[in-house]
Amino acid sequence: MDYIQNSPDDAAAMLKAVGAKSVDDFFQSIPKQIRLNRPLNLPPGMTEQQLLAHMAELAARNRTTESCTSFLGGGAYSHFIPSLVEQVAGRGEWVTSYTPYQAEASQGTLQSIFEYQTMICELTGLDVANASHYDGSTALAEAVAMALDHSDRNRILVSAGVNPQYREVLRTMFRQLGVEFVELSTFEGATTTSGLTEFAAAAAAVVVQSPNYFGVVEDLAEISKAAKAAGARTIASVNPVSLGLLEPPGACGFDVAVGDAQPFGIETSYGGPWCGFIAARLELIRKMPGRLVGQTVDDKGRRGFCLTLQAREQHIRREKASSNICTNQALMALRATITMSTLGREGLRRMATLSLQRAHELHDAVTSLPGVSRPHRAPFFHEFVIQTPVDPALLNERLLERGFLGGVDLHQSYPDLRNGVLLCATERTSKADIERFRAALAESLKDPR
Amino acid sequence: MIVDDTALIFEKSRPGRRTHMLPEPDGAPAEKLLPAKVLRKNPPRLPEVAELEVVRHYVRLSQKSFSIDTNFYPLGSCTMKYNPKINEKIAAMPGFARIHPHQPASEVQGALHVMHELQGYLAEISGMDAVTLQPAAGAQGELTGILVIRAYHAERGQGHRSEVLIPDSAHGTNPATCTLAGYKAVSVKSNARGGVDLDDLKKKLSDKTAALMITNPSTLGLFEEEIVAICGLLHEAGAQVYMDGANMNAIQGITRPGDFGVDVMHFNLHKTFSTPHGGGGPGSGPVACKKHLEPYLPVPRIVKRGEAYSLDHAQPKSIGRVKAFYGNFGMHVRCYAYIRTHGPDGLRRNAENAVLNANYLKGRVAKRFKIAFDRPCMHEFVIDGSPLRKLGIRTLDVAKRLLDYGYHPPTIYFPLIVPECMMIEPTESENRETLDAFAEALMKILDEAKSDPDLVHHAPHTMPVGRLDELKAAREPVVRYQPPA
Repeated sequence: MDYIQNSPDDAAAMLKAVGAKSVDDFFQSIPKQIRLNRPLNLPPGMTEQQLLAHMAELAARNRTTESCTSFLGGGAYSHFIPSLVEQVAGRGEWVTSYTPYQAEASQGTLQSIFEYQTMICELTGLDVANASHYDGSTALAEAVAMALDHSDRNRILVSAGVNPQYREVLRTMFRQLGVEFVELSTFEGATTTSGLTEFAAAAAAVVVQSPNYFGVVEDLAEISKAAKAAGARTIASVNPVSLGLLEPPGACGFDVAVGDAQPFGIETSYGGPWCGFIAARLELIRKMPGRLVGQTVDDKGRRGFCLTLQAREQHIRREKASSNICTNQALMALRATITMSTLGREGLRRMATLSLQRAHELHDAVTSLPGVSRPHRAPFFHEFVIQTPVDPALLNERLLERGFLGGVDLHQSYPDLRNGVLLCATERTSKADIERFRAALAESLKDPR
Repeated sequence: MIVDDTALIFEKSRPGRRTHMLPEPDGAPAEKLLPAKVLRKNPPRLPEVAELEVVRHYVRLSQKSFSIDTNFYPLGSCTMKYNPKINEKIAAMPGFARIHPHQPASEVQGALHVMHELQGYLAEISGMDAVTLQPAAGAQGELTGILVIRAYHAERGQGHRSEVLIPDSAHGTNPATCTLAGYKAVSVKSNARGGVDLDDLKKKLSDKTAALMITNPSTLGLFEEEIVAICGLLHEAGAQVYMDGANMNAIQGITRPGDFGVDVMHFNLHKTFSTPHGGGGPGSGPVACKKHLEPYLPVPRIVKRGEAYSLDHAQPKSIGRVKAFYGNFGMHVRCYAYIRTHGPDGLRRNAENAVLNANYLKGRVAKRFKIAFDRPCMHEFVIDGSPLRKLGIRTLDVAKRLLDYGYHPPTIYFPLIVPECMMIEPTESENRETLDAFAEALMKILDEAKSDPDLVHHAPHTMPVGRLDELKAAREPVVRYQPPA
């Protein structure tokens, strides 16, 4: 199958018009010995009707966060998505346009990004945000690159509370550049701040996450104070929903905030596409990676928007650019923007508060079971760690039999937290879910093996 | 009164307006659950608007952007082809959209099937042995591929190799990628036919060369005639060949990078396989490589043992993760669906018709415009706009005037080696009448340059805004809305 409009007659007329016998004439620059002289070894084409049936069958082989009650978090969150998001963001004009190179024909895209940038600034308490990035992990890597750019320091302190996958991405991205990553330990689930100033003396940046991977709300103000005293930049990876309730990085003195806007209207979709964000203080605007939309006027003095400060970017600076990013995640940023507009101030407060409340109710319910305990004492937002006598993989199997997607198994990333499981609740979690889960957990823990 | 439909969503905000998405929180107050010092003093100033306002605002904004669904969009090097609606419907199925990346592999066998099969399809299309779907976009794919080459050299005691050769027609992402990978980018000249200048290549090739990054077909829309010899030279020198697969649309089913000497390459799923461009993303940049580079690909790998799919983290030589989780899965689903729809014949027809449309359009405009390298092109061709100066206009003027005719302009001022250039890629999706009408519009603009130069200089005239003051935007950056004090 294909979506081609040219009929055989069209093709013949077009070939004739340019004096070609067949399309092969156009491929003469490809040497004969490297032409593929057989069809590609792929399954034959399908009609739309066949394809739909095939894909539905594959989709049915996946359990979903709809068919099970899920307590999974760990960097991917199932939140309520307003119905209008799919319909409005799904419009062909949004879906099938590209990077707004021609500003006059892209005012819709540009204005929506300008609104997105504003919302990210509001959430993070910082001055400037870019047009979005691949995801939270790569946004963090870009923030570290910003801190290293023109710094004579090449050490980065990273809290052990930062998402383990994000830390793996940092290692991949900077190992070849001789950057040294030093881990900051945690105590009771929160990053240790005593001695941080001395520790940060040779560091270009201090990187923390809040709420961190254990769900713990970090004392950002204290961390910022200690890092600043050592002359290190401060980078916080944050959950945007939590910023409906928590003091934002900007107000705590942080230089850069990153994260993933996935919780705002973006499906978990097995890990992507999502929407990384980067926000920073104004003095860092020229170190900002990726697209940036600015306000200006047209030749009649009317307000308009365009891509700006492009001299930072790879298509101008080429090998001197500090990032190679080209596209952003515009369609995902749009979903987040529409969701934030729909929630508004009050909706965000409710989403954050309900997530906080359900998580604490979940905590109280499960830790009242014998053998279940939380290893940390620091305050948490909508995730927390529990330890049980049962191996997490086995525990999750038993929970699955009862219709639950249990928590994230921590044994790979935090082996010290024996049988550690990370549980998450959001406003989608009901009180009844929590009660049923407690009962299922109790049964699943009966046999320790 | 005329409605000011340029107002920002923030300017439409009024205290007390709201939607009704979530209930009033009914549990313990936040002040009881969290210490006061971490609680936010001033709430973020998100807009306060009702549901209809949100819908109307963003529907109206959508109408201010050109798109494939509404306009011919021959943006060179971006492959703005038709994005099948069915693929959006499939990606939104709960079985694909509502799966959590921490679910155990046994519970997402359908998703892993899609990814594993897609890896195989991309390997077959490229003539490679192994594929990772993890990179989030083409630029990230480039970095992944170059880091893989770096790890390969390091393991073979070739860590002293410090340079990557890049033709001067390359995308800016190529040299930027090399810097990030800790390599020095060395530019190689193009020759008079638009190919790589072999003499210059030989001059710059040395035992310091780690790789060549080549785009084939090139950004000039030309297949590199000497590609076999070029790859041979690199391999003789102990270096690797990286191919930027941005232009795979022209050669799928016709020739395969793995068969002409490439060691590792990336795909842009949003180009060749029509995953939507979305106003600037999400992209997806899978990387395909030959057997000798496979051990270095990012983890986790998606593997099949017996009938079961799983995630394999145990790859000691891997460069590690380049992104959280497994890549832009939603794009993988669309790409899988696109390849299954087309099958081998459909993909080849895409290439043939993309090339036919480009050559036909080139023929139509060649009477009045200077073609940069006038020989049969692949999926796109480049106009040298320098003769426009004689008419008192620039390429930018032509581009802006095209908007008034309802066409998105081609890519302009890229590649950098052709002055005042326009890079035109019609794709296989368009019909002959559209190409004819576009050619007519281009030629009419040349006439207008003589008869009514102001009309062209001050274009566009029919867009929501006129030409924007980009200098002002950069000199006095306003990158967010500030509510009135």
